Amino acid sequence: MTAFIKRYAAAIVAALAFVAFVLFFPAWRGKALDSMVFQTKTMLLVIPPIFILLGLLDVWVPREKMIRYMGEGSGARGTVLAFFLGSFAAGPLYGAFPFAAVLMKKGASFANILIFIGAWSTTKIPMLLFEMAALGKRFALSRLAVDIVGILIIAWAIKLALPRKEVERLYAEAEHID
Amino acid sequence: MDTFLLYGIAAIGLALSLAKDRGKTKMALKKAWKAFEGILPQFLSVLFLVAGALAVLDTETISTFLGRGSGILGVLGASLIGAITLIPGFVAFPVAAALLKGGAGATQIAAFVSSLMMVGVVTLPMEMKYFGKRAALLRNALAWLFSIAAAFFVGWAVSA
Repeated sequence: MTAFIKRYAAAIVAALAFVAFVLFFPAWRGKALDSMVFQTKTMLLVIPPIFILLGLLDVWVPREKMIRYMGEGSGARGTVLAFFLGSFAAGPLYGAFPFAAVLMKKGASFANILIFIGAWSTTKIPMLLFEMAALGKRFALSRLAVDIVGILIIAWAIKLALPRKEVERLYAEAEHID
Repeated sequence: MDTFLLYGIAAIGLALSLAKDRGKTKMALKKAWKAFEGILPQFLSVLFLVAGALAVLDTETISTFLGRGSGILGVLGASLIGAITLIPGFVAFPVAAALLKGGAGATQIAAFVSSLMMVGVVTLPMEMKYFGKRAALLRNALAWLFSIAAAFFVGWAVSA
């Protein structure tokens, strides 16, 4: 029971804060409840396929294969593959994090994981088509071009800035998920 | 629309897996459930945070901010709003398009769209669980700075 409370402490605090917010600011009440319903719906819709896919990935893709294709020595092929995996994804960025953890567990390199996260956040293909229609080709394509550069720079900068020990710790943590 | 795609891929994967090996498929679903249960506390925290943040920063409020701000301050403001909010693209793009038509600067709109996608302040609890505080904060800080640079590039590309 205490373990449960400890795990959910932050969530309980957030829930209480939300209840207090709704009670004390009646002007925001309707909107707060509406956005709660909307976000819950989005999450419930997106969660099942993402977690099923990561479960399948975990069971079917052997570690050696992942290391060969996306591990430390995978080079440009690994980078391209990370970009594609992220770009073919769908759903909000928070869906990418548990997926990235399974990739980590399977031995994908940290740089490739960061590229995957970056691609999931900005170069998703269905979203890009929609952006072109809404904001124009010039807007969407120039943003895509600069964002691809940015994803690489950010991945490279984080890799350089993060101490080896911290990266090793994150990989050890990812091992525990199963 | 893209969620349907996701369901399609998951369904096909599940069917193939089931045809090949029942036991392994069961294990995959078990792992899926365990992974979900593992992140559930962070999921719930994010849910309450997002609902609160989006009540205050609804699309109308965002529109007035983005439509009004010009110059560097407008770009900074737009990227900050994008960093805090979590709106799916199919809601954000039409709003952004309407603002562009209404005369808002392309640079401001690009700053908003870029930081909306790359930076996730409210989802930090989830990101930190897998990536640690350091990497998560660093990624968001870098992505925010980058979204401003990207905005100026897009602004230039659209007007050139």
